[in-house]
Amino acid sequence: MASIEVRKETCVGCGECVPACPFGAITMDDSLAVISDECTLCGACESSCSYGAIIIRTGETVETGIDQYSGILVLAEQRDGTIDHSTLELLGEARRLAEADDSSVSVVLLTEEAGDWPAELISYGADTVYLAEDAQLKHFRTEPFSKITEKLINEKKPAVVLAAATTTGRDLMPRIAKNLNTGLTADCTELSIDPESGGLLQTRPAFGGNILATIVCSDTRPQMATVRPRVMKAMDRDENRDGVIEKIELSSNDLVSRTEVLEFNSLDEGSVDITEAEVIVSGGRGMKSPENFALLQELANLLDGTIGASRAAIDAGWVSYPHQVGQTGKTVQPKIYIACGISGAVQHRVGMQSADIILAVNKDETAPIFEFCDVGFVGDLFEIIPLVIKEIKKRRK
Amino acid sequence: MRIVVAVKQVPDTAEVRIDEERGTLVREGVPSILNPFDEYALEEAMRWRDELGGTVTVMTMGPPQAEAVLREAVSMGADEAILLSDRAFAGADTWATSHTLAKAVEKMGDIDIVMTGKQAIDGDTAQTGPSIAASLDWPQITFVGFVRELNQESIVAERYVEGGCEVIRASLPVVITVLKDANTPRLPSLRGKMKSRKIEIPVWGREYLALPEHEVGLDGSPTRVVKITTPEIISNGEIHHGEPEKLAALLVDSLLGTEVH
Ligand SMILES: Cc1cc2nc3c(=O)[nH]c(=O)nc-3n(C[C@H](O)[C@H](O)[C@H](O)COP(=O)(O)OP(=O)(O)OC[C@H]3O[C@@H](n4cnc5c(N)ncnc54)[C@H](O)[C@@H]3O)c2cc1C
Ligand SMILES: Cc1cc2nc3c(=O)[nH]c(=O)nc-3n(C[C@H](O)[C@H](O)[C@H](O)COP(=O)(O)OP(=O)(O)OC[C@H]3O[C@@H](n4cnc5c(N)ncnc54)[C@H](O)[C@@H]3O)c2cc1C
Ligand code: SF4
Ligand code: SF4
Repeated sequence: MASIEVRKETCVGCGECVPACPFGAITMDDSLAVISDECTLCGACESSCSYGAIIIRTGETVETGIDQYSGILVLAEQRDGTIDHSTLELLGEARRLAEADDSSVSVVLLTEEAGDWPAELISYGADTVYLAEDAQLKHFRTEPFSKITEKLINEKKPAVVLAAATTTGRDLMPRIAKNLNTGLTADCTELSIDPESGGLLQTRPAFGGNILATIVCSDTRPQMATVRPRVMKAMDRDENRDGVIEKIELSSNDLVSRTEVLEFNSLDEGSVDITEAEVIVSGGRGMKSPENFALLQELANLLDGTIGASRAAIDAGWVSYPHQVGQTGKTVQPKIYIACGISGAVQHRVGMQSADIILAVNKDETAPIFEFCDVGFVGDLFEIIPLVIKEIKKRRK
Repeated sequence: MRIVVAVKQVPDTAEVRIDEERGTLVREGVPSILNPFDEYALEEAMRWRDELGGTVTVMTMGPPQAEAVLREAVSMGADEAILLSDRAFAGADTWATSHTLAKAVEKMGDIDIVMTGKQAIDGDTAQTGPSIAASLDWPQITFVGFVRELNQESIVAERYVEGGCEVIRASLPVVITVLKDANTPRLPSLRGKMKSRKIEIPVWGREYLALPEHEVGLDGSPTRVVKITTPEIISNGEIHHGEPEKLAALLVDSLLGTEVH
């Protein structure tokens, strides 16, 4: 059974480990760290102790031929025959990771009819495209998609498997990981290769975005992760890249499913998808009323952009939910993000921090948003924004 | 209809604060609560039990004090509760958690549906539900906002995905994961509260579930947390003060300087 221990001889009582524990399980008792029953064996304190005084022991682990695994496999996501942008982002990230040990990047595409997409996936970074086409693969269904992918993984033995942290990826990946008896890290925002072990370091927000946890999967393969959309960057399309397309042979058993999709109803027809916008003008509680959002709308129109909002503005009913940016809303990656009357809470920040440029208008110079924006303007938005609109119109003339 | 609802005790992450100076998580005084998503799973289960008859059993895997969330669920109307608790279960990732929960479902026998919340607000992975389905080799419907139909053979549920809603039919037994705001969870009733005080909650451990050590807790977990940090705040931005006219002009400079147009 796994256990945790503080080595009395080694512990110098520096107290560094106390704040490292997200569960508040460590206290100092007479210059010795003491671990209470609150401990969940999460492992966070082990590396926080510079003296190596904290030791977590696990039972025997058998590394079962992990050396046979190499390369990165990306699971492509498509709807109605179009590849989701997140797939291209994953390919870009996979290419970057593959550079570390010069390994290969492959992608698996399950669809009704692939059209030109396999070549396109190669242009965006894949060396090999594994392709299965069948009318029954038109809609995502958990069982056929997981069975086919599990078989492919068992045969090709990739060291890393990545999928987008969309509703599809988050449905499919846990099922595959459980069946393959390997680990899965959820909703990663950062991936890198540990230069020492060659393993994948997977970093993700948890505790409502309050902390970032780095997770490894050292003894089993593949190392699986879902990756938050709009965080990684796709590479530039390169038509001259070489790659191969390999067909997957399907058996009728692969397509058996105990679920069926009866209908698909699209929501918010005609409403904007803020994740596609290049410019987002976003408002928060500081906007004070729904009418004032017309001001932001006017600015957004001038910039061919769209409206975003903090949860405070959504909860107040000033703007509808599809516009919410943040942990419980959308993650966006526009070229320009203008935050007006938004304080910059961590749950908001996780949704917009990868914008190319963040501009912030806030009358409180101590607002957290000024700690991570690119250009900040301390002042009253009701004075500044109308002047901005006037100024743009003037310069455009 | 026999429905099992998996519930988790979590720290109220809305109450977690960052110690600005040390850049660490302050958990002092942060209350432990029933994972908010699980209330909706529980309500969805009880709604159908009330209509079709049967039982709702709540289970949680956790330390002895996690019993509190089971009692809370009983006060809201769950019929039975089971606590999965054993020192050996500590340190479980979603593989080991779902493995243990699935074994408990098998032990109960003749279960028609397992419901979980979409995700827990501490670990935030949303992986436990689909992993339970994999362990049991049952079909799954994730991200469910509403169960439309349910009978002894099948279930029809609305699954909310990017840009729309899929209506999915699955055969029973099945695992479903339930979204927040799927329904309006009922408040504890007086009768429920009385029952929750009296109810005997059996505790099942590793040996009772006939699970080997290497399949539970940290030993059974392929993933491991190696580092926890608070998001770093990089401030390399320029901050402008002054007259609104000056600020507006500077803002337009930085806008047009970025050459979208
Ligand atoms: C589990 C969880 C999930 C969450 N998910 C999200 C999420 O997805 N997205 C999200 O945004 N939040 C989310 N939140 C909420 C988040 O913690 C903050 O409460 C929220 O983002 C605050 O919104 P705000 O910045 O608009 O409001 P406030 O924090 O109230 O900030 C308003 C700002 O406006 C400024 N202001 C006021 N008047 C003016 C003026 N005239 N001119 C200029 N500035 C002015 C003020 O100085 C202040 O800084 C979540 C919280 C939790 C616990
Ligand atoms: C900072 C941090 C990061 C982590 N990251 C990962 C990771 O990336 N991958 C990973 O495999 N593990 C991870 N873990 C471990 C993970 O939190 C635990 O395995 C946990 O037991 C279940 O995961 P969850 O909290 O994400 O629950 P989720 O999978 O989000 O929970 C979904 C639902 O499953 C049910 N459920 C979950 N846990 C229990 C339980 N103990 N008893 C009864 N029902 C339950 C509830 O109905 C819940 O609503 C992490 C832990 C920490 C502290
Ligand atoms: S960090 Fe290490 S040495 Fe310092 S108190 Fe904790 S266990 Fe002891
Ligand atoms: S293993 Fe995790 S829960 Fe246990 S003492 Fe260390 S940091 Fe705290």
